[in-house]
Amino acid sequence: MTPGIIAQHAPALIIALPLFAAFATPLIGRYSRQARDAWIFAAMAATAAIAAVLAYQVYTVGTVVYAFGAAAPHIPLPIDSGGIPIRIIFTVDAMSAFMVVTAAISGFAVTLYSLISESKLTGRDGFYALLLLLITGILGMVCTGDLFNFFVFLELNSIAGAALIAYRNDKGVAIEAGLKYAFLCTIGGLFVIFATALLYGQYNALNIAMLASRIEFTMLDKVALVLLLAALAMKAGAVPLHFWTPDAYSMAPGSITALLVVASQAGLYGVFRVVFTLYSVTLDYFAVGWIIIVLGVLSMFIGVTMALVQKDVKRLMAYHAVSQTGYMLLGVGVGLAVLGQQGLMDAYGLVAMEGGIFHIINHAMYKGLLFLTAGAIFYRTGTRNLNRLGGLGHSMKWTMIFFIIGALAIAGIPPFNGFASKLMIYESVFLFNPLLAIIAMVVSILMLASFVKVFQSIFMGPRLPEYADVKEAPLPMLIGMGILAVVTVAFGLAPAWVVDQFVAPAAAALVNQSGYIASVLGGL
Amino acid sequence: MNMSKVVRAAANLLFPFILIFGLYIVAHGHLTPGGGFQGGAVFATGIILMIVAYRYETAVGRFSKDILRNCEFAGLLIFVSLALAALAFGTGFFYNWVADTGLIFGASVAPGANPGDLNTGGVIPLMNLAVGLEVLGALSVIILYMLSGTREEA
Amino acid sequence: MFNNLPFIAAAVIGGIGLTALLFRRNIIKMIMGVSLLEASVNLFLVTLGYRQGGIAPIFTNAPEGPMVLPTVQAMTLTNIVIGIATTALLLSFAMMIYRKYGTADAGSIRKLRG
Repeated sequence: MTPGIIAQHAPALIIALPLFAAFATPLIGRYSRQARDAWIFAAMAATAAIAAVLAYQVYTVGTVVYAFGAAAPHIPLPIDSGGIPIRIIFTVDAMSAFMVVTAAISGFAVTLYSLISESKLTGRDGFYALLLLLITGILGMVCTGDLFNFFVFLELNSIAGAALIAYRNDKGVAIEAGLKYAFLCTIGGLFVIFATALLYGQYNALNIAMLASRIEFTMLDKVALVLLLAALAMKAGAVPLHFWTPDAYSMAPGSITALLVVASQAGLYGVFRVVFTLYSVTLDYFAVGWIIIVLGVLSMFIGVTMALVQKDVKRLMAYHAVSQTGYMLLGVGVGLAVLGQQGLMDAYGLVAMEGGIFHIINHAMYKGLLFLTAGAIFYRTGTRNLNRLGGLGHSMKWTMIFFIIGALAIAGIPPFNGFASKLMIYESVFLFNPLLAIIAMVVSILMLASFVKVFQSIFMGPRLPEYADVKEAPLPMLIGMGILAVVTVAFGLAPAWVVDQFVAPAAAALVNQSGYIASVLGGL
Repeated sequence: MNMSKVVRAAANLLFPFILIFGLYIVAHGHLTPGGGFQGGAVFATGIILMIVAYRYETAVGRFSKDILRNCEFAGLLIFVSLALAALAFGTGFFYNWVADTGLIFGASVAPGANPGDLNTGGVIPLMNLAVGLEVLGALSVIILYMLSGTREEA
Repeated sequence: MFNNLPFIAAAVIGGIGLTALLFRRNIIKMIMGVSLLEASVNLFLVTLGYRQGGIAPIFTNAPEGPMVLPTVQAMTLTNIVIGIATTALLLSFAMMIYRKYGTADAGSIRKLRG
């Protein structure tokens, strides 16, 4: 295919390619193991490349729309349809492109890592097929401009995720975690489709832009809003619906957990999309903003306090993930609370939102990195119990360095990326409400404390006799971790450039509801 | 265990008809209610009927899991490939590139009320066939795997 | 009242499903609850598209007159397909849990805590 076709059809190819690769994986795997591994690697690399092309288009030209099944996919409205979008339309604005880039980097690192980390285990054909399906689900969720299509990709994400969590059943405990996740996601999915039905019944549209232009905020819309927010906040792992996260994150294979972080963030993206784009002007910004802020602060605080007492290293990291989700909700919630008041928005609202959004990609990178290091330690030692680990700093030097980078980034220590986004959140939230900023800082300090403890018990101390023959993790796993580590450091060293180039357009796109509508329905 | 002779004879008698009915639903998906998923489900019902009537081992001997799994993946691949093929014509993903070309299923639709022509619809019937293949494979494999799970305790 | 009967039925089915999900401890019964909830959403969707006296939206040999809305039917169908996938996944999880723990009681399989 020529580059022109790839560029033109990037929004479709980004879904089609991993989907096609996933279905072909078991067939290829039947004949040759090497060919299958090469195929998966090539497919994921191509998907990441298309993600880059798509993001480049969006950031240089503007929102990309793609109508499926149309002769000319870039015209969202058929000429004879009377201004109604009748097809499934992908609407990729800067916020979507931002999420696509996050998912692509993380997905690429995880794929590379899991090609080795799973190599000793059975049933890999299914594992890689599900991995690619999970990536498809995430990319679809963040690209789609159709509410029902969003539900379909949400379910793809949930089913593939649940199956992957339970894939290494570990005496049934992983199945328990997978069952819990599957139950919650199914119920959440049913909430989403019920809300979709409520909106469709009133406005005769499924396209998000069309719905946004027609929405009136009736009583039924409020019910739909509550259902959507509950389901998507659950998917994002925010308190009070966070209880699946420690189970699922700790029992899933290390590589999958790193990707589940991104899968959760696709739920977070859904929350933002619903609030900012779908409802936007009809909402009481202050009330809904505060609801999101309260959810965020609760997540931050409960997550970190629960993390302090954990013995299992991945369970501890899972509670930190809950806590980090709180930062994103806090930042974007503050932005929402002052949306519509231009003075306050310029003063700190937009910065808070940029901080929250910047934190999404930062979190995906360093938390992915931490989960991958935990997976590497488990790969070599076979345990995740902090009390049994120790002295690994002697033998797993690179893993230790990557762990340090991840841990310092999550605690918000300069010059890593976690510092950059947290600083933006602190500064802007302090102007909004000083108490919230102080809570955020205290949580950050507690986080540092708990990672010092983890670091101490895994890597420090004398070389333990039972781990005497433990070696460094294999090279592809190190490269997978290295990609995430490089991004973590690079974003920390040049935060201003990243914010200007990637984050500010995403935040602006999120606020700009009329722009989103106009990109599909034309200039109204 | 085997069911009684009456059940087995009836199942043997019904089996081809169920398969043909499933194929009919798949093939006429673009004209009448039905389509790939429904037809594939009917198809899989036939296989499940055989499993009910005979022992699990007999059924497994007759329908190999490998072939059914291949059906599943082949169906999915054909489906995505048909959608991707539209890109080669310079049109959008999933564009109906067979319709009105005179190829198989590519005849033009007659205007006005008419009884419907099987040879129309473009990629829609082709995709129905692909989905039918996928669903028949997937549902049968699910049932076979679930049965193989219960068998270990019995 | 009579026209709203399907909506009421959907609410009742959904209520039964939620009750089963929340108050039953047997995993199989909880899965039944999920299926009932899904059935209620499907009924709600199909009812949304119903028009009094409408015919099936098939243009082959169609007589004059109102047709029911096909979009919601397509949505329902998609939801049924997804529902089959989730139910199969949940049931196979339940089977494996039963094999590992020897019980299907949600109260007694909680190894993951804290």
